[in-house]
Amino acid sequence: MPSELKIVNGRVYDPANDIDGTVKDLCVKDGKIVDSVSKSASRINAHGMVVMPGAIDIHCHIAGPKVNLGRKLMPEDHRLDVHPKTAVTRSGTGGIIPSTFATGYRYATMGYTTAMEAAVPPITARHVLEELDDTPVVDKGFYVLLGNNAFLYKLLKEGRKKEFKEAIAWWVNSVHAYTVKLVNTGSDELWKGRKNANITDVNERIDHYDITPSFVTESFIEAAHELGLPHPPHIHCNNLGHSGNISTTLDTMKAAQGRRAHMAHIQFHSFGGEMNKNPVSGAREIIDYINDHENITTDVGQVMFGKAMAMTADAPLAWMLRNVKIDKWVNADTECESGCGVLPFSYQESIYTHTLQWAMGLELFLMSKDPWRVLLSTDHPNGGSFMNYPKLIRLLMDSAYRREALQHINQKAVAKTVLPELEREYTLNEIAIITRAGPARALGLKNKGHLGVGADADITIYTEDEDREQMFNAPRYVIKDGTIVIKDHEFATDHKGKLLHSKPGYNEDIATEIEPFFEDYYSVKFSNYAISEDYLHEHEEVPTNPKS
Amino acid sequence: MPEAAKPKESKNIRIVKDATCTFCGCVCDDMELTVDLDAHRITKAKRACVLGRAWFYEHTLEDRPVVLIDGKEATLDEGLDEAARILVDAKFPITYGLSDCPCEAQRVAVDIMDTINGNIDTTTSVCHGPSGMAFQGVGESTATLGEIKNRADLVIYWGGNPAESHPRHFTRYAVTPKGMFIPNGKKDRTVVLVDVRKTPSTPVADIFMRVKPGKDFELLWALRALVKGKKISENIEEQTGVSREVLDDLVERMKNCQYGVLFMGMGLTMTRGRHFNSGAIYSLASDLNEFTHFVAKPVRGHGNVTGADNVVSWQTGYPFGVNFNRGYPRFNPGEFTTSDVLARGEADAAMIVASDPASNFPKKAIEHLEKIPVISMDVKETHTTRLSRVRFAVATYGINTGGTVYRMDDVPISLRPAFDSPFPTDQEVLEGIRQRVKKMLSGSKARVAA
Repeated sequence: MPSELKIVNGRVYDPANDIDGTVKDLCVKDGKIVDSVSKSASRINAHGMVVMPGAIDIHCHIAGPKVNLGRKLMPEDHRLDVHPKTAVTRSGTGGIIPSTFATGYRYATMGYTTAMEAAVPPITARHVLEELDDTPVVDKGFYVLLGNNAFLYKLLKEGRKKEFKEAIAWWVNSVHAYTVKLVNTGSDELWKGRKNANITDVNERIDHYDITPSFVTESFIEAAHELGLPHPPHIHCNNLGHSGNISTTLDTMKAAQGRRAHMAHIQFHSFGGEMNKNPVSGAREIIDYINDHENITTDVGQVMFGKAMAMTADAPLAWMLRNVKIDKWVNADTECESGCGVLPFSYQESIYTHTLQWAMGLELFLMSKDPWRVLLSTDHPNGGSFMNYPKLIRLLMDSAYRREALQHINQKAVAKTVLPELEREYTLNEIAIITRAGPARALGLKNKGHLGVGADADITIYTEDEDREQMFNAPRYVIKDGTIVIKDHEFATDHKGKLLHSKPGYNEDIATEIEPFFEDYYSVKFSNYAISEDYLHEHEEVPTNPKS
Repeated sequence: MPEAAKPKESKNIRIVKDATCTFCGCVCDDMELTVDLDAHRITKAKRACVLGRAWFYEHTLEDRPVVLIDGKEATLDEGLDEAARILVDAKFPITYGLSDCPCEAQRVAVDIMDTINGNIDTTTSVCHGPSGMAFQGVGESTATLGEIKNRADLVIYWGGNPAESHPRHFTRYAVTPKGMFIPNGKKDRTVVLVDVRKTPSTPVADIFMRVKPGKDFELLWALRALVKGKKISENIEEQTGVSREVLDDLVERMKNCQYGVLFMGMGLTMTRGRHFNSGAIYSLASDLNEFTHFVAKPVRGHGNVTGADNVVSWQTGYPFGVNFNRGYPRFNPGEFTTSDVLARGEADAAMIVASDPASNFPKKAIEHLEKIPVISMDVKETHTTRLSRVRFAVATYGINTGGTVYRMDDVPISLRPAFDSPFPTDQEVLEGIRQRVKKMLSGSKARVAA
């Protein structure tokens, strides 16, 4: 491929640089956006087309042990959605959990060039790195699950906040993660140790440790702040999916005490009503808090009608869902680190709770005052496949389409929301924010999500279409690192993306504290645990910004 | 019991700490190897079990050609060229084995088969393939072995003899070790063994249940019924060999334990019932979660068979028995599993990596293997290498090469090689073949979707 490229006459949406639909040219050289290129540069005439930075998925589950369990679990799904190879790309299978190659290619065919795997138990991170290496086109990183970590709990119980921070940094470095992930904090010990129990309150004492989920969350947010991780703790709150969980969600956001925190798939945490009764929408309370608190970013975790798969480190949640409809169910306990549940699921228009969730997600989007902080996701595959993003974009951009959709769903649920009254339509600029510029800013990716000089040349070019679903479903061109990967809707070449990771600084003495714990309670040797750099392949260290 | 050959006094000694044994699915990563670098052999393997010691001591550097084509010595390039030519010329090429090489090599093997529209299958199809199929049907409640060490107070082995097949399973992971909530080790656990006969594993058990051969499913189904408070046949003892009293006692123990685990061996998957047996044991463990915390786990055999399952799954969506004839993966055990493909006489070329089907497949399958061009990669001479058109002698994973191996509980571990080998690695040979195959098929000859 030529190393120089000029994209001319496209209508550019680059919100990070305040460019809102201006017709302008873009120059690309050696994988980056530059000021100018030589006359011999190859050209794309984007006249009449929409040009945006490559999209970024801030929260999805695409690689690693739980994803592979989900993949293995669904042969019936794969056979209905085969992914044939082409002269330049590998074959695979699709369905709700596509094979790794199909995952990368399918993200690319929607204009996505970066995707972050949101939940990885550290002991399995090697597996994640291997799968990510087989996930083509997109750049990728992952969040390491530390929120139920037995050693870190021990340090918190002993009140050793300094060592706690050092140990977090050791873990992020050892497995090459991007940031830390907390999932249903405190629940693992109850799930594994107290016959499948669950945490119900952020101020409940966690068995054996004499600390509360609230304290754990607060401590992580503080440590991540001090370490200056590019993305703050990525938090899956307690009580996911339970009626009335908004109080838990609000308490968790308050624990940030004004520091940065990312609330994952907030729709699942926006239920009003009373525990064990039918939920109602609590979207208003949640979005009001987020609108007023600039330290909080969130991804919505929209549910889409149709096939989904619950895939979560929140094992008690998966168990609850298993008991709603007894079908195949996977549980996987990871020593000292995590729990996990995986099961097939489907969201149905006729079911009250499913419809309510669908509507709540849209309420959150449509009542958000700051698109930079309320970002697009379906928590793939939990709320539905990432392949639903174009449809979701149409729901946000087209109020007539939304009204039509409202006709065919559970009306009792609709009545518990304000969705029918919301007339807002997202603009292309706002879509560019919630799918590109916003996630890049929340992730601290300075070279992504925009098209200014120096940015990675990850570019999507769409043929303008009134039907936004069709438009976002099939970009005309996708350019990754300056290479035209998709040309006229077809793959022109294969491409390998890179791993994004952070390396917070720390005092290496902490390793001598961690090692004896490993010898007692892990089943692998401490010296075999940290992952060598060979596993990183193409990679980029995203800088941290430590506070002294 | 094998003993290390008495080493001549050597000063060129290297100690490798925390090395990993890849002999069985336990993948113990706490070996301390003493390596005589002059003699190119491991002279001591501290903490290794009897099988591990044999593995480490017997893998020395043998004086044999890297490549044989039709029994004649050839260069590596000639071997790679011939292997690629065989694969590209074939209409129905197959690859089989893969469970005794690292994931890095497995990934290349799948790519080759994807490129030439071939068939890929691993030794899973003749060991825990039925458990993989049962998993697809009912799922699995499972755990890493460290969790079992830390928490399991009821440990049940069904259809296996770990004392002989996985000697350190008891001592390192599931029976004797002390754990976070099992401070006294074995004293804090109840161990149950279910098998058709007494074995060297039996003495470990607090309770031994002798099931009539071929009646595992009936016994498991009765346990499921009892757990759910349903009636079972009054003739259960006559049917299964286990009395009602023993069953009731086990059910109470299972429902009332704190953290239970059911380990299953090939006594379940390769006898009457196969995936029904595995499905029954998975379902029993899942059902028990309505009362307590319960997990189940197949005790996998080969060192990296679990890695093979993972690699083939993430690249194709299916764990074994995958066919690319149409330009995309299809899965059908019985149709695309190697012994079937061979027995029906369908494959017209085979690449066998790190396994020896010619010694243990059904006669009809072996007869067909003898008729078609075979490419083999192995560290030792085997029945399969002897009938191969192209034989590559390769370095031993975990002894001469690094790479990634997945323990039976899906925990990935990196290998620490002990000494260098002049033989190429599986990965290097496969990479060489891949490169040549892609080159031969470049341009108009590319095999795209049918």
